[in-house]
Amino acid sequence: MALIERPTPTAPATVPAVATPSTTFGAFRRPVESEGWKSWLFTIDHKKLGIMYGVVAIVFFFVGGFEALLIRAQLAGPDGTILSADKYNQMFTMHATTMVFLFVMPMASAFANYFVPLQIGARDVAFPRINAFGFWCFLFGAIFINTSWFLGGAADGGWFMYAPNSSVPFSPTNGIDFWVLGIQITGIASLTGAINLIVTVINMRAPGMSFMKMPIFSWMVLVVQFLLVFAMPVITVALFLLMFQRSFDATFFSVEAGADPLLWQHLFWIFGHPEVYIIVLPSFGIVSEVLPVFSKKPLFGYPLVVFSGAAIGFVGWGVWAHHMFASGLGPISVAVFSVATMAIAIPTGVKIVNWVATMWGGKLTFTTAMLFATGVIVQFTMGGVSGVTHSVAPSDTQQTDTYYIVAHFHYVLFGGAVLGLFAGFYYWWPKVFGRLLSERIGKWNFWTMIAGLNLTFGPQHIIGLQGQPRRMYVWTENRAGEGFFDLGFWNLVSTIGSFILGFAGLLFVYNIWHTHWSKNRPGPAPLDPWDARSLEWLTTSPPKEHNFDRIPTVGHLDEFFHLKYEDRGEGDAHEFVQVATADELLEEEERNADAHIHLPSPSYWPIVLAFSLPIMAYGVIYHTLLIVAGGAIALLAMFGWALEPDTAPDSDFDPPSEGGTELELATNG
Amino acid sequence: MSDLTTELGDGYDHPNEAVKDAIEEHVPPPPHTDPLDHPGEHWSDLQFIYLAIFLAAITAAEVAASYIDLGPVFIPLLIVLMLIKFFCVVLFFMHLHFDNRWFSILFYMGMVLAVGVYVVTMFTFQFFVK
Amino acid sequence: MADTAIHADATHDDHGEHGAHHTSTGLSNNKLAMWLFLGSECLLFGGLISTYMLYRGRHSENLGPDQVWDIPFTSASSFVLLMSSLTMVLAVTAANRKDDRNTNLWLVMTALLGSLFVAGQMYEFTTFYREGLGFTTSLFSSSFYTLTGFHGVHVSVGVIILLATVGMNIKNRIHGNKAEVVEIVGLYWHFVDIVWILIFTLVYLIPA
Repeated sequence: MALIERPTPTAPATVPAVATPSTTFGAFRRPVESEGWKSWLFTIDHKKLGIMYGVVAIVFFFVGGFEALLIRAQLAGPDGTILSADKYNQMFTMHATTMVFLFVMPMASAFANYFVPLQIGARDVAFPRINAFGFWCFLFGAIFINTSWFLGGAADGGWFMYAPNSSVPFSPTNGIDFWVLGIQITGIASLTGAINLIVTVINMRAPGMSFMKMPIFSWMVLVVQFLLVFAMPVITVALFLLMFQRSFDATFFSVEAGADPLLWQHLFWIFGHPEVYIIVLPSFGIVSEVLPVFSKKPLFGYPLVVFSGAAIGFVGWGVWAHHMFASGLGPISVAVFSVATMAIAIPTGVKIVNWVATMWGGKLTFTTAMLFATGVIVQFTMGGVSGVTHSVAPSDTQQTDTYYIVAHFHYVLFGGAVLGLFAGFYYWWPKVFGRLLSERIGKWNFWTMIAGLNLTFGPQHIIGLQGQPRRMYVWTENRAGEGFFDLGFWNLVSTIGSFILGFAGLLFVYNIWHTHWSKNRPGPAPLDPWDARSLEWLTTSPPKEHNFDRIPTVGHLDEFFHLKYEDRGEGDAHEFVQVATADELLEEEERNADAHIHLPSPSYWPIVLAFSLPIMAYGVIYHTLLIVAGGAIALLAMFGWALEPDTAPDSDFDPPSEGGTELELATNG
Repeated sequence: MSDLTTELGDGYDHPNEAVKDAIEEHVPPPPHTDPLDHPGEHWSDLQFIYLAIFLAAITAAEVAASYIDLGPVFIPLLIVLMLIKFFCVVLFFMHLHFDNRWFSILFYMGMVLAVGVYVVTMFTFQFFVK
Repeated sequence: MADTAIHADATHDDHGEHGAHHTSTGLSNNKLAMWLFLGSECLLFGGLISTYMLYRGRHSENLGPDQVWDIPFTSASSFVLLMSSLTMVLAVTAANRKDDRNTNLWLVMTALLGSLFVAGQMYEFTTFYREGLGFTTSLFSSSFYTLTGFHGVHVSVGVIILLATVGMNIKNRIHGNKAEVVEIVGLYWHFVDIVWILIFTLVYLIPA
């Protein structure tokens, strides 16, 4: 495998088991391979799953980006002809759906899956097979939604899918049915992943790691999982009601039958607002990891950063109707939600202050990761400021449904969430793949992204306040205005900016290619290239399958830093002197490796069960027989899963192959 | 390597007794109830039966109340009876009262959030306005 | 020497002669997961109940709650489900005593009572349907059938899980801590009961 340099075991492989593998229902041998495509297909290893989440998410980043470029190309000039009105509706719906559900959320999942167990000193998550199940649900759901493009057209009701506009009379193709069912399937991944990670963080921290010694990224992930576990059921209700409306002629959102369209809006946004914190908090966690490392200073006010993250998560439940200020809620509701929305700026501001204070007086090194992290501070703050203007309800009444809102959320989403994810890429790449991404290309990547981001979304503040509505497939010359406020000019600038963003994305891909496949690719990265602070760096690059040779006992926040540096200062003065390098620490770990390391075994039930879901979904749209078939597979898979022990008997494992299985490592004393 | 394996001439190394012992040592110990899960008292079967009878009686009371004209007190009374049943099952049948605080935290977070957001939503629909 | 063997999916924790307890709280992963899941289910049923409460008055004159409910029948159903919670608790105490025979007995009783409840629901629904209350008849009917339908599906899934547990117990295929498995099944079952406690009052007893 080109990307992963598997570490060879420290001692030669010794003992395979006698090969009498267990079988399921007398037929299928349990998968136990540690090499090759099967080891990916049936894996339950959080690291492999994290990589798969990441790869699929990046693919959809480009899919969603392509959809965006089509939108911007259509709006580059007046009376655009690239997209018809109908296609345009599909494009902005799928651009948002793809970016939110198929890129950002799974990308955060990728980082969370890969790094949370490592950061807390665990060997895997609490429920590895459920983890695998979640990934396959995500992949199959993502593919399922996108088949709609070829099966009559994609969903066209906007990613918020307001009803009754999303019901059959107004949207007769199957696009929205695909959307509803697809989001339900990917939603299962989110819900199960959330339960998994919460239990993992609560119950599988290394000895000595109290919550207030846990790395900040893991903290933010924990808050996000709580948001997910409680928000997903709400959109589940909304989606079922819409599905019943569309597929079974229920009248939940039909005004002529006496229904209230606001029911959809409430249900959607009770999910939808926590959703945006679900999107941005992981990136906040990444920034909070990266800034201290490249400032050579601990995170300023760690407890405050933790509590403000939790506060954002909590208060985030009380602001959803700020998406509904113009829907006729009435003055009391509007006032209450307006004030609550202003309140949420406070914990967010606390984070920004703590980040700046972390950098202040630090010994700063502007690696690409640090550039991206700093970029988040600047760009997210800009988005946050426009957000505060939305919280003022009368002002929002002018802004809503205009490009001013589009500007706001792209600044916080791209400037906040996406730049944060890129900081994560450049920071953690050497740990995951064993090679450092090029800093030279990385800096080009960063600056073109900043240029593109600001050129695309900056002007949208102007055109929005000048009245250009969202979701309009054309603008016309005679409405464009002139001078500084010529909408035409700014639309063109925005489009040019979006293509620069596209180029920036390609630079990232080029960086990956250069790092791994070019003639001039760099050699293996040092174990600790950034002189980092947290436990995921106390591993090989990439980490061994069992993560840690010896589960660490934790005595501090930033434990890895404290293993390398001893405080020789007196009293309140700190004087940190290096006493060990990462390489030395790792050698020590290997010398004291645990004698018996058991890992849960691969399984194919997760992928089989996940596969039954799109089958049932196609059945809902096309033919009941498919629902029955899918249901039968699901039932079979659930029984197979329940009957399968989490660890295969030793006799199941292959004879030693090049990489070795855990049994070999286990029998090394 | 040789003290851990036995050659049987079939091309595979077979674990010898030392390895087998090491593996057997790691057969999971017989399961038992973890004391930290259930720090509190354990009720007897009879106590649970009494509680069930109590809950049945409340149900009967609820139904009986729906046949009497109680005026404005009716709905609050029904809600109170409903809540008594709800919490009796949660705290005692589901053992939450006696179990570790973590379980309560996780469950009540969901419950409180649900009540909170949905009551607020119903407010915006003027549901509580006569 | 410290043993850090970890059974990541296991329903029990390593301790005693194997050295360090490896869960941070000393609690079971599976039990934490189930309570968390039940917490999330509050939001699911809360949404369905809210939808019903919003739409309960939107129906034609002669097909509203007061016209269709059969309170005595539904009370009997409610009593059945309540008793199934009792039998479930008895199954759990039997499992804690390692009394396999009675564990299975009470689990089967619970499944029977649960099935009786579902049968009662189906009878109730078909009666309403014959009286003219279909799924799409009115907003009241749609929200009613959706709410009680979701609940009924949860009960049915519960019955399957109960019977599967009995089956696996008999064949000795339950991995790990048996008493805990029964307890966790019980948590799910009781939750389904408390949702019905809410539904019985809010849907059936509170006057339109």
